[in-house]
Amino acid sequence: MPINITMPALSPTMEEGNLAKWLVKEGDQVSAGDVIAEIETDKATMEVEAVDEGKVGKIVVAAGTEGVKVNALIAVLLEDGEDASAIDTSGGGAAPAPSGGDAAPAVPDSSSAIEVGARAATDPVPAPKAADGGRIFSSPLARRLAQLNGLDLKALKGSGPHGRIVKRDIEAALEAGTGKAAPAAAEAPKAAAAAAPVAGPSADQVLKLFDKDSYELVPHDGMRKTIAKRLTESKQTIPHFYVSVDVELDALLALRAQLNDAAAKDKDGKPAYKLSVNDMTIKALALALRDVPDANVSWTDDNMVMHKHADVGVAVSIPGGLITPIIRSAEEKPLSVISNQMKDLGKRAKERKLKPEEYQGGTTAVSNMGMMGVKNFSAVVNPPHATILAVGAGEKRPVVKDGELAVATVMSVTLSTDHRCVDGALGAELLAAFKGYIENPMSMLV
Amino acid sequence: MADTNYDVIIIGSGPGGYVTAIRSAQLGFKTAIVEREHLGGICLNWGCIPTKALLRSAEIFDHANHAKSFGLTLEGTMKADVKDVVARSRGVSARLNGGVGFLMKKNKIDVIWGEAKLTKPGEISVGKSTKPVVEPQHPVPKGVKGEGTYTAKHIIVATGARPRALPGIEPDGKLIWTYFEAMKPAKMPKSLVVMGSGAIGIEFASFYRSMGVDVTVVELMANVMPVEDEEISKFARKALEKRGLKIITEAKVTKVDKAANSITAHVETKDGKVRQITADHLISAVGVQGNIENIGLEALGVKTDRGCVVIDDYGRTNVPGLYAIGDVAGPPMLAHKAEHEGVICIEKIAGVPGVHAMDHRKIPGCTYCNPQVASVGLTEAKAKEQGREIRVGRYMFNANGKAIALGEDNGMIKVIFDKKSGELLGAHMCGAEVTELIQGFVVAMNLETTEEELMHTIFPHPTLSEMMKESVLDAYGKVLNA
Repeated sequence: MPINITMPALSPTMEEGNLAKWLVKEGDQVSAGDVIAEIETDKATMEVEAVDEGKVGKIVVAAGTEGVKVNALIAVLLEDGEDASAIDTSGGGAAPAPSGGDAAPAVPDSSSAIEVGARAATDPVPAPKAADGGRIFSSPLARRLAQLNGLDLKALKGSGPHGRIVKRDIEAALEAGTGKAAPAAAEAPKAAAAAAPVAGPSADQVLKLFDKDSYELVPHDGMRKTIAKRLTESKQTIPHFYVSVDVELDALLALRAQLNDAAAKDKDGKPAYKLSVNDMTIKALALALRDVPDANVSWTDDNMVMHKHADVGVAVSIPGGLITPIIRSAEEKPLSVISNQMKDLGKRAKERKLKPEEYQGGTTAVSNMGMMGVKNFSAVVNPPHATILAVGAGEKRPVVKDGELAVATVMSVTLSTDHRCVDGALGAELLAAFKGYIENPMSMLV
Repeated sequence: MADTNYDVIIIGSGPGGYVTAIRSAQLGFKTAIVEREHLGGICLNWGCIPTKALLRSAEIFDHANHAKSFGLTLEGTMKADVKDVVARSRGVSARLNGGVGFLMKKNKIDVIWGEAKLTKPGEISVGKSTKPVVEPQHPVPKGVKGEGTYTAKHIIVATGARPRALPGIEPDGKLIWTYFEAMKPAKMPKSLVVMGSGAIGIEFASFYRSMGVDVTVVELMANVMPVEDEEISKFARKALEKRGLKIITEAKVTKVDKAANSITAHVETKDGKVRQITADHLISAVGVQGNIENIGLEALGVKTDRGCVVIDDYGRTNVPGLYAIGDVAGPPMLAHKAEHEGVICIEKIAGVPGVHAMDHRKIPGCTYCNPQVASVGLTEAKAKEQGREIRVGRYMFNANGKAIALGEDNGMIKVIFDKKSGELLGAHMCGAEVTELIQGFVVAMNLETTEEELMHTIFPHPTLSEMMKESVLDAYGKVLNA
């Protein structure tokens, strides 16, 4: 009997993904372990492997389809001797495999189904097949408010009598923002669109400001949507507070040169590690958080989440967006480990091959634009983090030392904090600790 | 030994308490209710219900006095017989008091007679009532349980409220009345000063005015019935003054001199001038306050604030297993708020799915003066204060066929919508029967209709309710009959 291939869940929280690409076509023979498709989640692209062997009988979900629900049928494999007539895709979404192997009769094709329907019908409108298509009960005011705020009622759950969507549900969705409110919805494709809680100007409103042939439209991919959603949420719900400080790098640069020179080399002459300023910044921030544990927190409405380790996310710019892979427990790791891990994560990030657990979570983040010559900037806190450190370029600057003008290599950093959990003074304390490690870098080694 | 252990004990059998008890029994809880004085509480014995009976007499009296304008001639003189008017009011109260007793029995709710005191979590002791009895009192129902210690998993405090007294002007039951004495005058006074123009004050003022008494109302705020929409307050004031009621606003009674059979109220107005008004009695109607004393709240460490028990959305106090509902749990001190609060509280205890906190904006309020006043939701001033953009619609009784036919063409309806969403934010009315009309808008609000559904609703002709639709149409510039 035919084998159903369904949309895999690439992480425990994944509810839907985009079917980026098919690597097989109908009629191809596949064996277990063959890569048959690529799935794009919010930030990563993952490969789907065949778990059985057979012939690709039907591709149900075309390449490029967005918002495919987890467990939705995406393709059907045929075993030896079966032909396409054995395929039943009428169940739509998450069709279970027909039960009871030998007894399963061939399911009528669509034309005969309509015939049956027409005979029995008293209602001209065919009854919806699956759970979708049913009437959504909502109050007139809820409908009006949803429309005004660009919400999709299908993406909401009603708390009124018999599940009716009422005003408080709309308000709750608006308040919860993009967080986890929207995914609670059942309906697949539109849920992503509905996730934007507070609609800016509509597409039409934007486009009518430009001549029709003066632009072209590039559809958003999953990463772009996630960036938009998460950062909008962050700026709308997190009260940001910024603290800046200048740190001198000369001692750190000297130590870095010394450490890199001392790195053991393998037989090809490749050193075991090559530390960057960024690697040392990660370590310094992690140690500072260890020293100022009150700043190593996450905000929830009911509790302060006090983290026991400093998991440092590092913003990596990749084509089409950015992603923040995480160095876990960075305060415990030697610089060489951080450095090598960072190289691996950065490389795989650029290939979009990170696993969700490699970029989800974290307790803080570093965003370094020094290599691009940026002097100073302020970053957007990426929840559940309570802080993010924006790092500028190290440059020679005049400084005053002991009343004399001198030249030092100076780097400006700006810490953005979630003021709900990291107050200004606490942020300053964290930065002071950070500055201490950068300017006395030997302390990072002990 | 008698069984003294319950799932739920409710202290106080006012409209909040007894309704909660019934719902509790329906949900399968073994339920008892404690009462020290009279089943049905103030509402049924000395408040809502008996005043409505008095006001009905007043209304008929008013109509009869205007019989001629309806083409009717009444021969001879018509006079109000105070004793019979009061007796009818007490009779109405007695009938409902008995009804509550029947409902308790029908729902197998034990009635414990006496004064309850919380002794420890989950336990009360019931002793003899220490409250001075206000006569006439209905008899103690048969088959009640008596003094002793009782336990329950859940105890709900529903002890209600009592008249607030101003220092120096404390009611004495003889010259200075509260609603208790005002409800059962032995003889009709010639003149009265009513201190406070909230629902209680203005209803008594209206009643006594209909009975031909010279009534002066003194109100501290700028408008009578200060919680109402300002436009409606002013409209009502004009109508009341037309009936001969004297109203002094932005004024306070600073002192009351008592003589043998009269009082002299010193009324200080905003300009600092003091006027002396002599009358047979003064009715003190400056609000009510929660009954939080002597029930053991302190011993259990129950949080209170400004004379009321502090509760969460579901009636829970800070002490597990102890709840409070109704007047004692805070304003608005209205029977229907207490009932709903009680039902929410007990359903939450029972884990009934879909229980939601009460939306305080959807609690209607009714005042039964002549003309009546009714409202729900935000006043125009409140809506603006919240920074909302609004649309306001109005419709006057003098353009409505039914109102004219009834000879009740003085009144108005006002509605307030959110300009953007079309949400009905408030409805305010003054005129005949508006206390019965308001519920149409309350239902509309609860179903979350917008102006559109109201405009598409067919209102029967000829009725006063047509004015509700016209007021909605007016808010959107579509009024038909004006």
